[in-house]
Amino acid sequence: MNSQVPTKQNFTKESLKKQFRLSEFLAEKIISSVAFLSIAIIFLIFIFVFKESLPIFSQGKESVKTEMQQSTASNDKPESYGAETESLQPESYGGVEKEELQPESYGGVEKEELQPESYGGVEKENLQPESYGGVEKEELQPESYGGVEVEPLVAEDNSAATAEVKEEKESSIWDSLLTPDWVPVSENPRFGLLSLLIGTLKVTIISMLIAGPIAILAALYTACFASKRTKEIIKPIIEMLAAFPSVVIGFFALMIMATFFQDIFGYDSRLNAFVGGVAMALASIPIIYTISEDALSSIPKTYTEASLALGANKWQTAFYVVLPAATPGIFAALLLGVGRVFGETMIALMATGNAALMSANPFESVRTFAATIGAEMAETVFGETHYSVLFFIGSLLFIFSFGLNALAEFYVKGRLIKKFQGK
Amino acid sequence: MNTATKEINSSLLSTQNKNTDIKGKLIVGVTQLAVFTIIAVLFIILGIIVYEGREKFSWEFISSFPTNGMTEGGIFPALIGTFILVIVMSIAAVPFGTITAIYLTEYASESSKFAAAVRFSVRTLAVVPSIIFGLFGLGFFIQFIGAGFDTAFNGGQLRWGQPNILWASLTMSLLTLPVIIVSVEEALKTIPRELREASLALGATKWQTIKNVVLPGSISGIMTGTILAVSRGAGEVAPILFTGAAYYLASLPGSLSDQFMNLGYHIYIMATQSSDVEKTMPIQFATTLVLLILTLSLNLVAVVIRSRIRRKAK
Repeated sequence: MNSQVPTKQNFTKESLKKQFRLSEFLAEKIISSVAFLSIAIIFLIFIFVFKESLPIFSQGKESVKTEMQQSTASNDKPESYGAETESLQPESYGGVEKEELQPESYGGVEKEELQPESYGGVEKENLQPESYGGVEKEELQPESYGGVEVEPLVAEDNSAATAEVKEEKESSIWDSLLTPDWVPVSENPRFGLLSLLIGTLKVTIISMLIAGPIAILAALYTACFASKRTKEIIKPIIEMLAAFPSVVIGFFALMIMATFFQDIFGYDSRLNAFVGGVAMALASIPIIYTISEDALSSIPKTYTEASLALGANKWQTAFYVVLPAATPGIFAALLLGVGRVFGETMIALMATGNAALMSANPFESVRTFAATIGAEMAETVFGETHYSVLFFIGSLLFIFSFGLNALAEFYVKGRLIKKFQGK
Repeated sequence: MNTATKEINSSLLSTQNKNTDIKGKLIVGVTQLAVFTIIAVLFIILGIIVYEGREKFSWEFISSFPTNGMTEGGIFPALIGTFILVIVMSIAAVPFGTITAIYLTEYASESSKFAAAVRFSVRTLAVVPSIIFGLFGLGFFIQFIGAGFDTAFNGGQLRWGQPNILWASLTMSLLTLPVIIVSVEEALKTIPRELREASLALGATKWQTIKNVVLPGSISGIMTGTILAVSRGAGEVAPILFTGAAYYLASLPGSLSDQFMNLGYHIYIMATQSSDVEKTMPIQFATTLVLLILTLSLNLVAVVIRSRIRRKAK
């Protein structure tokens, strides 16, 4: 008996401990796996945005057969997203088009009729395979409804000759990515990204030329010259600008700023790169300001005190000691500002005019990458080249902003640690 | 001799001071001007929107449906759509954001590579352009999860594999996740170490300490994060452009698989694609005013709570 009691106690103690440890262990595991989610999201974003753009890479490389299966599979259920016009009828979610497809006449005899279940009041269109050799008749009877663009869907033929033509056409689509023409919706669509790139760069440069100096000077004033009380008033007010939704800034630029600047400069196109650039400067000022203000005020006090003790003025200290010491932080702030402007969609959509032009004139309309995605995604059909190209632009934007952030983070960390630890 | 050098020195100093004073004042003036410009522009924008939107802005405008092909009437469905969006978004984002913040402050060690990767991802999430979230929502939620769910459980009938309010909210919650994480982390850091140590010394385990000591102390931080996230989510338009926002709906969304109207999207569509932009101008300004009031007041509340937390920490 005597020997049993202590062992029993031991047992219960141990089990208690183990139970506690188990719950602790579980809690920690659950919490860290939730934390893992944010890493996973980054990967998922990249994978899923990139995945949809894959067709433009595989075109020409993969065999025509798989190509065809893909495209017919998607032709069965074309979906266009967004709420352009059809959303007036909520049941027919953003633009479902049901077709009777007569795809793939493997010899031209068999007619297949695919009749997907039709949802309330959806239009139908008859579509016959597009003829490449000019032998087959093309018959297209789209019933137009509500001004929706009906795009001809291409169902391929399986003969060797058409395969060749097809391949040629696709390789030309891939090549055209480096040309200036952006004509996605036409008989012969061209997806040249150059004019979009130039438009994006133009807007970015204009807005950084405006936002950079203003935001950094304001940060310098707040960090070095302002009294503590003014600082407490200024900072929240400027940070309030960050709370302005970009659609509000875009709306303001479209309605007020565009007219205002046109009255001053007297240029032709009311909406242009300059108006968009100024509006985006408003959006990026709070970012640049906040981060560079942080960088400036995190300079060790010993720096400023040493400078003041050597007889330097307040402003001399600010410009010759504090500002150079905070350069990495300010650089990071500018990078993040560029990232914001580069990916800004709503302001670009509303205030830049959205015309893909090749010109260096800041008072011409431009079309940016982000605005192109925002404006055209709603009109594309799932699986189309246009759809893939838009996703390709998206993955470019993602890679670019990811790279900028990585650069800002590692450059700043490396530099700051080196500087303040005297290494 | 001594006095002479002193005099020379002092005169030199004073002339230098005079010269540099003018220059210095100029330089300080320029920096002041920059601050003034930003603040002035901010108030000009605010002023113009308030001025232009005031005549249409009324209770009736807020509480009625758009009529006559969206050229008259109010914005009630857009407002409700925005509310549903931010509520579903908060339900998804707040727990995840809070738990991630708890991991970063309570569990992660300084040298942990994993924690560094989490931090980096959170910061990356914060700078990814919002349109990319829209693309992701379309590619992942709608095409992958939604369409996959439909083929698996709905017998191929389209219900979830299309833009709707659930996917839009989840997309938005990814966008606002970093906002919540950062605020909660900040709040958790202000809880004194002594409190945690006292709890541990009394025999509580780590999880018990977090549950009973750390979390109750950081409620205000979680609230700040939620409010800021809601303010951000209410204003963003790009992520919902093709994940669920609709131009016009005759009725309010009845379930999560419905599309919805949204304030920001309403402004965008009215300003760029309306049938009569000139005529609907007052409506547009008033809608903008409503959205601005919503986001700015939420932000103001967050700032007040946050400054209270900071004062407490001191």
